[in-house]
Amino acid sequence: MKMKLSVQDLDFAYTSTPVLTGMCLEIPESSLVSVVGPNGSGKSTLLKCIDRILTPKQGRVAINGKDVFRLDRMELAKQMSYVPQSSVRVFPHSVFDVILMGRRPHLGWTSSGDDEERVWDVVELLGLEDIALAPFTDLSGGQQQKALIARALVQETDVMLLDEPTSNLDIWHQLDVMSIVAGLVAEREITALMAVHDLNMAARFSDQIIMMKDGVIHAVGKPWEVLTPEHIAEIYGVEAQIQQQDDETPLVVPVRQLYGDGIRPAYRRMHTA
Amino acid sequence: MSSGYEPRSRAAQRHRELRNEKLEETRREHKRLMGRKFAFLAFIIGLIIFAVGFIITLGPLEITIPQVYETLFARFLPDFFTLDEVFEQVVWNIRFPRILGGIFAGFGFGICGCVMQAVLKNPLASPFTLGISSGAHFGVAFAAVFGISLIGGPYLLIANAFLFAMLCSVFIVGLAAFKGATSETLILAGIAVNYLFSSLSQLMAYFATDEQLRLMTTWGMGDLSAFSWSKFGLFITIFAICTPLLWMKAKDLNLMTIGDDSAKSLGVEANRVRMITMITASVLVATIVCFTGTIGFVGLVAPHMARMLIGADHRILIPASGVLGAFLLICSDAVAMNIIGPTVIPTGIMTALLGVPFFLYLVLKGKRKEFWQ
Repeated sequence: MKMKLSVQDLDFAYTSTPVLTGMCLEIPESSLVSVVGPNGSGKSTLLKCIDRILTPKQGRVAINGKDVFRLDRMELAKQMSYVPQSSVRVFPHSVFDVILMGRRPHLGWTSSGDDEERVWDVVELLGLEDIALAPFTDLSGGQQQKALIARALVQETDVMLLDEPTSNLDIWHQLDVMSIVAGLVAEREITALMAVHDLNMAARFSDQIIMMKDGVIHAVGKPWEVLTPEHIAEIYGVEAQIQQQDDETPLVVPVRQLYGDGIRPAYRRMHTA
Repeated sequence: MSSGYEPRSRAAQRHRELRNEKLEETRREHKRLMGRKFAFLAFIIGLIIFAVGFIITLGPLEITIPQVYETLFARFLPDFFTLDEVFEQVVWNIRFPRILGGIFAGFGFGICGCVMQAVLKNPLASPFTLGISSGAHFGVAFAAVFGISLIGGPYLLIANAFLFAMLCSVFIVGLAAFKGATSETLILAGIAVNYLFSSLSQLMAYFATDEQLRLMTTWGMGDLSAFSWSKFGLFITIFAICTPLLWMKAKDLNLMTIGDDSAKSLGVEANRVRMITMITASVLVATIVCFTGTIGFVGLVAPHMARMLIGADHRILIPASGVLGAFLLICSDAVAMNIIGPTVIPTGIMTALLGVPFFLYLVLKGKRKEFWQ
């Protein structure tokens, strides 16, 4: 299978403490890959390094065999899009204008009718008609996330990076967003790399899961290979039951924490005094 | 485009139809809003043209609005309009340069405020955030007290103001280049430099004679009387370079207001755009400030007014902030010149006195909560 995205020996640190150490990844064409791991494991940082938002200390990232760090940023933006977890909300852009920003890499100073047409297509696809003209600043967290996904969609890249795209959404919208991304991967043969917290969402929609802890890859493989009680205990410190569903998708049910008893000692002292 | 949304039942079919209707409606609304934005811009430009005619009639000389336009047009089309020499002297040589200066200054403050708020992602930013006016003020204080500057003669104060204004910006931009040009670095460095030069000015004021002190204070209040035809050459050249440069960045500025990460992922080198914008805006503001003194309010408020009225798309917001700034400034100046007879109140004072109530009205009436959420 052809590799779309490859990461070799990637090291990154904000300060002197390393955040990513020796990351190596191969993401095949037209696949949906999820990155899971506890808070602070480096998932978001990995995505930002791949899209060159952060500059790693060393390592190589290649898209279609081309070195990302040698590409012009505008050129890279035509090939790779990024959906941030949230967005700065200072000035009241309309949702339409925010989505239209996704066309930036493809156009000069003005936007043509064709670009606006593409925005309307995506507005329709994601069901954003009701809020398209509202100020982006007025949206709920979930609506904002959908608008940001819409922006990445009009960018029309064949690699899409998503940083916890479902973190602010209710279960209906979680399924909605995940099936849209999965649909794009299947129909337009794009490659999606997604940082995600919900193990069951990852299991259900991903072709592959990458499990990370402390900036190092712990396990890579099909959902049922990676989401095992042993791995989950090691990575999250949580005892979990894995139930096998009809289509072989594993269902993770967390049972209890393996260390700590849930209540901090100081808190307990306060209430027993 | 389709994915997972094929209607499966009659209810789904109905849902689909409703959505299509909604989509059509939204698209029509979007078109209407776009039209309104351009209409607004044209309206303000019209207002300015009218205001120019009206303001020139104010004063001891009896002249009507049509006569004003006639006199102005006669300069360019002498074959079609007759020229009265007294009118020409008053309109063309005395009153019009001041108003034209006001239009340029207001326009410059407006667009600089607009782009600085965008690249610093801070609604409180203004053309003076980088300490430009306090630098210029120090330059004036220095020249007033020591009588020393690079160029002597009538340009003494102006040259010194420009020099120190640019010195401030160069210092801050240099610092940012060294440490990474994030909006936080720039704002903090700007505030620090602002304080430094304010203190230095105060130090000068402490040792100044009464006459020197008066010169410094008056400059600080801001005034449009320095404009005359002989000084427009440089002014217009700098405008002709800086304004298109800033406007060309409008699309990138749109992206930067929603965050550097997003901007970078959409192909914009955020830090580089921020530096270019800051440097261009600094040059423009320093040029204006050394002629007018501190007229701070316009640059802070004109972009906010424009944003409340037409939204945050910088392609139209930049010119809209500019024309609103120009309109505000010439109106305030007209009031300042005429409200109490022969005494002319400094323009900077009147701008704030008139602008604040108008601005508060917009803030209170505005449907949007806008910023600070």
